[in-house]
Amino acid sequence: MPDRRLLCLAGAALLCIVAFMTIGLRGNIGFVLALRAMKLAALLQVSVSIAVSTVIFQTVTNNRILTPSIMGLDALYLFGQMLLVFLLGGLGYAALDAQLKFGGEIIVLMALATGLLLPMLRRRTDMGLMLLAGIIFGILFRSLHSLLARLIDPNDFAVVQGASFANFNDVRTDLLAFAAILTIVGIVIAWRARHVLDVMALGADTATGLGISWSRTVTGLLLLVSALVAVSTALVGPVAFFGLLVVALAERVVDTRSHAALMPAAMLTAVIILVGGQALFQHALGSSSTLGVVIEFVGGFAFLVLLVFGSRK
Amino acid sequence: MSIAAAKQSSKTGWIAGLMLAVLFVFSLCVGVGDMPIIRLFSDGRVLELLLVSRLPRTLAAILTGAGLAIAGLIMQTLARNRYVEPATAGTAQSAELGILLVTLLLPSASLLFKSLAASAAALLGTTLFLMTAHRLPPTQPFLVPLFGLVYGGVIGAAVTFVAWQADLLQYLSVWTNGDFSGVLRGRYELLWLGALMVVIAWIVADRLTIMALGRDASIGLGLDYARMLQLGLVIVSVISALSVVVVGMIPFVGLVVPNIVSRLMGDNIRGTLPFVAASGAILVLGCDILGRLIRHPYEIPVGTVMGCVGGLIFLWLLFRRPSHV
Repeated sequence: MPDRRLLCLAGAALLCIVAFMTIGLRGNIGFVLALRAMKLAALLQVSVSIAVSTVIFQTVTNNRILTPSIMGLDALYLFGQMLLVFLLGGLGYAALDAQLKFGGEIIVLMALATGLLLPMLRRRTDMGLMLLAGIIFGILFRSLHSLLARLIDPNDFAVVQGASFANFNDVRTDLLAFAAILTIVGIVIAWRARHVLDVMALGADTATGLGISWSRTVTGLLLLVSALVAVSTALVGPVAFFGLLVVALAERVVDTRSHAALMPAAMLTAVIILVGGQALFQHALGSSSTLGVVIEFVGGFAFLVLLVFGSRK
Repeated sequence: MSIAAAKQSSKTGWIAGLMLAVLFVFSLCVGVGDMPIIRLFSDGRVLELLLVSRLPRTLAAILTGAGLAIAGLIMQTLARNRYVEPATAGTAQSAELGILLVTLLLPSASLLFKSLAASAAALLGTTLFLMTAHRLPPTQPFLVPLFGLVYGGVIGAAVTFVAWQADLLQYLSVWTNGDFSGVLRGRYELLWLGALMVVIAWIVADRLTIMALGRDASIGLGLDYARMLQLGLVIVSVISALSVVVVGMIPFVGLVVPNIVSRLMGDNIRGTLPFVAASGAILVLGCDILGRLIRHPYEIPVGTVMGCVGGLIFLWLLFRRPSHV
């Protein structure tokens, strides 16, 4: 029963949240709680947006091992950010309102991502080719990013420097409110589209036969995915294999590809791993900086296992 | 080789040689220090600058480029897949892990010993990669490079983790991004060992060509497959480990160069090997010069320039080639 399993997941997620808020409380309790609540809000947004964007992306590309970050979307976001700094100059960039800036970055990412991915999806490019191209895009954008980083003023560089590594410890709280609106709107759209997504999962031809305007829907969904990727990358930085790990686990738990069950399951799994992991590493073990690397390692390993065993069937 | 093909290849050979010579001279002249060629022999400092900095740097770029291109060629032969190279199959990352562990356990070890450890680690990592890669279905050729990239990423995450714990992240970046700006006389000579590996590859070139036919066919033709596989692995690992130790990781050279050369000249390794080596040297030296010029007098590391140039060439290769491999 997916329903009961979802309830179990929700219970576990709640437990992780409580653990995150309460373990190791010391000193001025009110202050600590407020600080942790801010962080919790950010972590929740990141988990949810990564989970939803990955589920949608996998449905649109009709593949289980593709995620937005494997296709280089978060590298693209960082590149877009660097491009803005390069064009506007560090002072001009820093003088901009944080929310305006974030909005600009999201629009840049949406335009770039749709421009790059839509032609590939339209041409029904072979999946392996697309994967490889995506990974190369990732390396290319990272290199372009560091190339631009070398070209701009060292002072300007300091403005964007912090963003290029995943950091769950020191999240950007100034963007929280704006990102929250985006995340909630994104979830609502995704939830309302759950049945469309179920149809899309049948493949482009069947979906068209069932009366869905394929390329218009794909465009819309890609825009949604880019916005969600922008949210998570802006808040904590790039996380390569987290989405893959989360969706693969959630699929094992609910044992269905129906979006009405898979999307909430993926969100809850993401919350359990991220919030629970952060509670464990930061509050219980005291080594806060390592969660990103551990997730990277475990997620990458999960990817390899999926690849070797999944392809032999 | 037919007469037309021989003519074609000798013409390509001349062009490649000429380009390399031009870049060589150009590389000697480009740099922050002022170096008027006419006063080469009258002014001692000019000669010293040439011998201590410019010449070693140029030679290092040529040796690394040629070596990495050959390593890529051999890697592609061993994995029987056109889209793998040492930097995307965990070889370079394993080498990094090797250096890191030696640095932690034996901080006083010499550069030669570090290179040995890096080579051993690279050998181990690459063997594991090949063993797993052979289990992937051959009908989906893109799975192998994909597997390699993520495999490299996982080893890379392990390296980052160890470095983080030991507070060596800054130290690590020296190896993860290739850069020739630190090359001086006395600090690059290990790369000549890589040249030795290229010579060995040249000696066994015919056997490598047969290996590209696959295990059964090459055993049928009387090749000691297991021995050749070991030799190939050693060549790839030593070349990649040396270049990681001396200059750092340079992506895409081993991937792009053999692909272009094989498209132009076919797959007879004896015939193409010199061109692969020369083109690799041209590409790396060219990117290094570019990195020195873009933001003169500051420098952009060759790894970054190569990531952009090589990435673009590779995407072009991917989408130009029909989907069969």
